[in-house]
Parts: sequence; structure tokens; C-alpha cells
Amino acid sequence: MSVAVEEAKSKESRTAVVNDFNINVATVNGSGSQTSNNVLIRSLFKMGIPVTGKNLFPSNIQGLPTWYHVRLSKDGYLARRDGIEIMVCMNPATAIEDMEETLPGGLILYDEAIPVANHRKDVTYVAMPVKELVKAADLPFALRDYVANFVYVGVLAYLLDIDTDEIEAALDWNFNGKKKPIEMNLNMAQAAYNWAKENVDQECGYGVARMTGFNEGKIMTDGNTAAALGAIFNGVQFVAWYPITPSSSLAEAVNHYAPELRVDPETGKATFAVIQAEDELAAIGMVVGAGWAGARAMTATSGPGISLMAEFVGLAYFAEIPSVLWDIQRMGPSTGLPTRTSQGDILSTYFLSHGDTRHVLLFPATPAECFEMAGAAFDLAERLQTPVFVMSDLDLGMNISISDPFAYPAKPLDRGKVLLDDAFKEVGADWGRYKDDDGDGIPYRTIPGNSSMRAAYFTRGTGHNEYAVYSERAEDWEANLNRLTRKFETARTIVPQAVVVDDDATAKAATVGLISLGSNDPAVMEARDRLAAEGVNTAYLRLRALPIGQEVRDFINRYETVVVIESNNDGQLHYILQGEEPLAAKKLHSAAKCDGLPISARWITETVLDIVG
Amino acid sequence: MSTASASKRPARTPKTNALGLEKNDYKGRPSTLCKGCGHDSISQRIISAVWELGLDQTQVIKMSGIGCSSKTPAYFLGHSHGFNSVHGRMPSVTTGAMAVNRTLHAVGVSGDGDTASIGVGQFKHAMRRNLPMVYIVENNGVYGLTKGQFSATADKGQVLKYAGTNPYMPLDVCIEALAANATFVARSFAGDAKQLEALLKAAIAHKGLAVLDVISPCVTFNNHDASTKSYAYGKEHEVQLHELNFVPSFEQIEIDEYDDETEVQLHDGSWLVLKKLGEEYDPTDKILAYRTLEDARNQQKLLTGIFYIEPETPNFVETLHMTSTPLARLSQAQTRPGREALQGIMAEL
Repeated sequence: MSVAVEEAKSKESRTAVVNDFNINVATVNGSGSQTSNNVLIRSLFKMGIPVTGKNLFPSNIQGLPTWYHVRLSKDGYLARRDGIEIMVCMNPATAIEDMEETLPGGLILYDEAIPVANHRKDVTYVAMPVKELVKAADLPFALRDYVANFVYVGVLAYLLDIDTDEIEAALDWNFNGKKKPIEMNLNMAQAAYNWAKENVDQECGYGVARMTGFNEGKIMTDGNTAAALGAIFNGVQFVAWYPITPSSSLAEAVNHYAPELRVDPETGKATFAVIQAEDELAAIGMVVGAGWAGARAMTATSGPGISLMAEFVGLAYFAEIPSVLWDIQRMGPSTGLPTRTSQGDILSTYFLSHGDTRHVLLFPATPAECFEMAGAAFDLAERLQTPVFVMSDLDLGMNISISDPFAYPAKPLDRGKVLLDDAFKEVGADWGRYKDDDGDGIPYRTIPGNSSMRAAYFTRGTGHNEYAVYSERAEDWEANLNRLTRKFETARTIVPQAVVVDDDATAKAATVGLISLGSNDPAVMEARDRLAAEGVNTAYLRLRALPIGQEVRDFINRYETVVVIESNNDGQLHYILQGEEPLAAKKLHSAAKCDGLPISARWITETVLDIVG
Repeated sequence: MSTASASKRPARTPKTNALGLEKNDYKGRPSTLCKGCGHDSISQRIISAVWELGLDQTQVIKMSGIGCSSKTPAYFLGHSHGFNSVHGRMPSVTTGAMAVNRTLHAVGVSGDGDTASIGVGQFKHAMRRNLPMVYIVENNGVYGLTKGQFSATADKGQVLKYAGTNPYMPLDVCIEALAANATFVARSFAGDAKQLEALLKAAIAHKGLAVLDVISPCVTFNNHDASTKSYAYGKEHEVQLHELNFVPSFEQIEIDEYDDETEVQLHDGSWLVLKKLGEEYDPTDKILAYRTLEDARNQQKLLTGIFYIEPETPNFVETLHMTSTPLARLSQAQTRPGREALQGIMAEL
């Protein structure tokens, strides 16, 4: 990657930190700061700066504190980083703590209406006359609070030298070209910019500059939008869901995009259906019904919904019905912290439902991978005739991040071993719904509506023989479960392979192997650089699916020490890997962290250093 | 079923139906229920009704939850796909299946435990959506498979051997259905073959959700004469709201046979003819339906017939504005947008 940072033009100070600091915006939930923050981060993105935004919001509609954590990193590190250089205080309730938290040498912008009791000597304060500026803008009363957030956008634009054309473009994008709100917010930002120009010393120690080498060709979006689009471009026919944070925006994105993308050009009729169910029990029931009837069907939920779906998932596993479930993980157990991120559902989902069950889990790490895995999940679900889970999380699902563009699907849809009318006519008289004709554990299925009189079978969650007939015979039961085991072994060979980083400079000299998954990826990559600087060279395997394939076993067996990094408390993936490779259990170490924040490179670095001594 | 209007088919029952199939062709596997179970009579009526209507079994799905009643789809229509799902959740599975294949006919069988206890939520939401299906509740007021506990439809004061005396008023399946905006609400008795068959045919012809609460005595756990769900009680106390005849769209209406009657035309062109018995009953009057059901409940009277019918309300499938080809039959070309569409979206991200 060749990275070039242009000189910060209007900055005279040579000591200014350029494109490498954190901004934390503290606002009140429901005050409309999402718009101002989106505009801020998009402007920086379009200036070519590697930038990440993490929304730390409460489980509340209006009134509780919320923070938007923006990291700029000229080196391209996209993980959350601890420490705040620039604090924007718009919320009186948290201002004291927020100001306290700012790093020495930092900059604090605050609404001058907030009383500041204790001025620190080691930071710079800028008191913004928010009320005055808003009043001068002469806006309808109801809109004042919303537009007020553009005061900090304008002040930051001046202080950091953000290109105001990019702010205008971001506003235009945000409001989809709607003149009135664009103008209103832009005027507010402009007024604040002008005020800052006249009243504040621009030499605050921080600045931004346009750069190249990183954002070209990239897009900025969230995982839930990517997942919805992935489903739409991979033939989804049916979605049933029940609202739950942080998954709701996935189903809503299907509702947003599908009516345009998935209508029959001649009749204007939909080639999909989205049903908001009465609860998660019904949502998965509908998905199972639709999958059984031959459609690509999915649901999106979070931990509590997964728990409710457990019984139906067992039925789909045992009756062998394709279905796709997106789990946008949040903190558990129980209701937990609904608006905070976690990877705490791995273990319970892997074995979801009573009896002997095991499931295929996919772990996307970026929006582009959410798009890709939306297709892979359907292909696998239909190929394996089983529920497939895509384990995203709140951080990946809801926060916007820089991503590779979505790759248009290269392969045709894999609809699996389905015998439609014509194909069924070729099948011999002894067709059995649960017969393993190919030795891969995967039987051939028919779907309702097949016009042949012998295509029907009776689907049940009770014990059955190869012909789907109720059976309590011990031999039938064992034969069936053994076939399901065979099918699971087939799954190992066709799920997305792990990404193994073993040939960069530090990996070639590695004695330590790191294993992680999903949204931890940027933090792990950054930690590897930090660890290398400390003299610890690491290779890295990013798991993309369970059950594990041979490449994961090889990786585990290749390094003296293997650290499994995950965002939960109990080390759930660690536990699974120890079971998969019991002889390597001793050298598998757990690095598990669960505090509601996306994992940081600093924590990983410190933890790995502790482990390797 | 075809929408052809009245034709010249003879009214008499032929040995083969419109598809040239014998009644035997519509049988299922042998029943494993207790001898004399009311549920088996209902299975027989389903076989007769579907055969006489000349429905193509391969286009029928048989849906159920868990319980004695939910086992029965294995015992009728052996050439239809069947789905014995999880307890109380047959409606959601049927919702998914019908959304993706709108051309199927759904026949759902549930029990009083499956519908009025664990499944009462999904039961009501299926009606809220007017899901196109026949929803049969094989109602015996007792849990049979778990050997004799009260269900939510058990009579107040009823005594069972192990469960003791029931202190609660029963939940009335038909009243619950009305309250949930069901568009077809009827009750019958498993021992009344003629009425049940006519109701089944009308329910199949109805384009929305048709609830059929069928009192079906449990011969093992709830056949004491005092129970309103026993054979003896049913035979003695059954009061028919009206005599019924169902005229499929391919048969002529035999007006002459009836005087003092009401006719309701169903969406496929068939007719439901109700002959009044004493009282003036208008099955399109919802308030009258409530009152009639409530009075019967208070008098512990087994009232049967069609309480309410509203044939015009759009069904669930119609509200989804989908292609006429079932979603599950659409090809990749119809379900994967082009490369340019993706480029266009990414340009905005």
C-alpha cells in the first residue's frame, strides 16, 4: 500500500498531529447527532483518510447519553483505539467525565451553556456559543435542536481544516439531494465555521489533510445493509423477522432496497416477501415453512431471539430444512446490554436446540464479507439442507466502516439436491427422502407442489427412517444420526475457509499463532504490528466458519503458542477449538474480552504479551 | 380448485372424482390413535371432502403441530406433502409455505392444547393475516398424549380421573377466532358426518382462513357423559344452527330442495347454502355471531354450524403483491438483479 499525505495546507504549526487522532462526540440520544456524525465521518472518508466510527449508544429512544467515537489513522488502522484527543461535549450530563477523559494535550469543544467547573491546564478549551449561533440562523423552533449539532461540525471543520466541499457533498448524500435540510444544516455549519475563524486560534495541535493510497475504490457502509444487499443479490425469496436491536436494520434494509431491485419488470410484482412476525418463534417458523416449500428464506435476530428460535432450529436440523439465520450479536446473558457489541453467542448457537445438534456458523469480518456470506449462507443451507447461521455483531452490523466494494456473485445459485417435477420423474421407485445415495450424508428432497403422486413425504421432528416414515427402531435412529454426522463432515469441506496470514514479514518469523474471527480483524491486524515492535512475531488465522476445516488444524499444530482472541467472557471459540483438537488443548490460550466495546489492539497486545511471558 | 362456473356435471357421487381417482387414492397410512377416536372420523371426512371436490392432492399441504390431532395428517391424503411441526406453531410454518407457494391448498390440523393453550398466539395472528388455509381444531378438552390433563377448552367443573375438578371457564375457540377477525368461523361434531363434510368443503373453497372447531371426543380420557366433548353429550345436546349444503362450482345449485334459506357465494364460484332452523340466523352478522356463541357457552349447549363468514376480505397472499408465479418457482434470472444494479448502489455508498 503506498500512502501519501498531502501537506496540511493552512497549518503553519509543524507539530500538528495530522490524520492520526481520535474524536469523541458526546451528545444526548435522540438529538439528531447521527446526521452530523455521519456527515463528519463521510467528509473525512472522502478526503481519503482511513477513518472509523463507533456509535456507543444507550438502549433508549431519547434522553440518555450517547457517544460517537471517530478514529483517524493515516496508517490505515480501522479498529477502535483507546484514548481521546478531541472531545466534543454537547451533553451536560456527561461533560465533567468526558472532559476528564480527554488526553493531556487534547482539545475540548463544548457548548458554552455547559458550566465547566474545573479548567484543566493541559488541554485546550473552545467554548462554542451554540444557542447564539442557532438563534442567529433563524430556524423553525422544532428543528433547532437537530441543526444545533452542525455547530460542532463547522467548528471542527475550521480547526482541523476539513474540506467544506466534502461536508456539502456528504450532506447532499445524507439527505439524498433534498434541498431544504441540506441548506439548513450547511448554513449552520458555515456560520459556526465563520465564528470559529474569527474567534478561535486554529493552532490546536491537530489537523487533517487529504491523502491517497487507502480509500480509493472503497465504500463505506454497515454490515446490516451489506447483508441485506447480499441476500437480495443472492436470490432471497422470503424474510421473516421480529424487531430486535441490533438486527432490525438488516430486515429494514431489505425493505428499503428490495422493492426497487426485486420486482418483475413486466408486472411490477415482487419476487420476494418480507413478513414482520408476531415474535421470534413465528419468524423462524415462517422461515422453516418457506424453506421447506423450496424458497431461499432467512431471518435476522439477536441473542434473545436465537434463544427463542432454538426449538424450531432443532426441527429444521433434524427434518433437514434449509434456513438462514443472521445473529447480530449483542451482550448477554439475558437482555444484557442491547446496544453493546459482543461475540457471546458462538457456543450456544453452535449447539443450538436440545438433543445432538450441531450447526454451520459463518463469521463475516467486513461489510463486503457480509455481502458475500449472505450468498454463501443460502448456498450452504440449500446444499446441506440445514440451518446456517451468520454470526455478525453490533459493531459490524450497525457501525459504518470502510470496506472493499461488494463483489458481484461469480457463481450461480447452488440450490442443492432438489428434485423438481422433471428431475423427479427420472428418479427410481425407491426414492427416500432421507436416503444417502451419494455417501456425503446429503439426501435428495422434493418440495410441496411437485406434481408426481410419489413425490410427497411426511416431514416430522419425530424419529424417522429413510423414507420419512415414523420409526422408533434403534437401527433407524442410529443410522439417521450417523448420516447427519456424515453430512457435518461434508460441511467441513465446503464452508468458507479460514484466512491464514502466514507469509508477511512478521508471520514468517512467528512462533505465536493468533486465531480470531469476525469484527475483531482490524484490532488483531494492528496488534500484530504492535507485538512485532515488542519482538513477538505472530501469524494469524481468521476463522470464517464452523465446523473447522483442515487448515485450522494445520495452523494450530504449526505454532508453539496459539492465542484465541474473541469478544466474550468465557472464551467460547477457545473451548470449541480445544474440543476439536484435544491434543493441542494445552497450547491453546484464551484471550477473551467482553466489556461492550469493540476490542482494541492495545488490549490484545497486552494480553498476548502476558501469555507469551 | 378450478374457478369454472356451473357446468353439466351430474350431482350424484361418482366412484371416481373429477381427476378420475378413487376415494382410496386419498387415503393415508393406518391410524395409530385409540379405537373410536373422534379424530379418525374427521380424517375420514377430510378424505371424502377433498376427493369429492376433485382436488389434486399433490397441490395440498397438510400441516400440524404436536399432539394426538397433529399426528392425523399422516392418516389422510397420502400423496400430499405433510408437515408435523412443533407444538402450537403450525400457523407460522403454514404462513411461510403459503407465502412462497401461493398456488397450494393448506389444510391444518390442530388440537385444543395445540391451539388454545401453547398456540393461542399464532392461532390469532394467522387469522389477523387471513392466511389462506383450513384450520381444523380437533377439540376434546383434554391432553391425550400426556394422559389426561385439562386443556384450556375443558368445561368448568369438569372432573377428570387424575386432574381433579377444573375451576376455570373454557376458552371458546370460535369466540377467539371472531375476536381475531377470522373470516370463516364454524363448529361441528366429529360424529356428524354430513354436516362436517359440508363444512369442510365450504372451508376449502373459502379464500381466507377458515376455522373449523370440531368437537372430537377423546374415548380414553374424556368420554364421560357429563363432558360437553363426549359422544353422549354431543349426540344429545348438539343443536344445529342451520342445515348446510355445499355446492361446488362445478355443480348446479338445487334451489328446489331448500326453502327459507341463505346462500353465500365463495370466491371460486361455489355456493354455501344454509337452511334456517327455527331462529333467523344471518352468518354475515358478526355481533349476532358473538351473542349466539356466548349464549351457547353459558348454556353449555353444543351449537354447530357456520357462525360467521366474510368471503371478500383479501387473504394474506393477496396482500403481499407478489408475482403470480409462486416465489419458490422463480429462477435465478428472476431473483438475482444485474451487475449494473449493484454498481449503481455501490456508487451511493
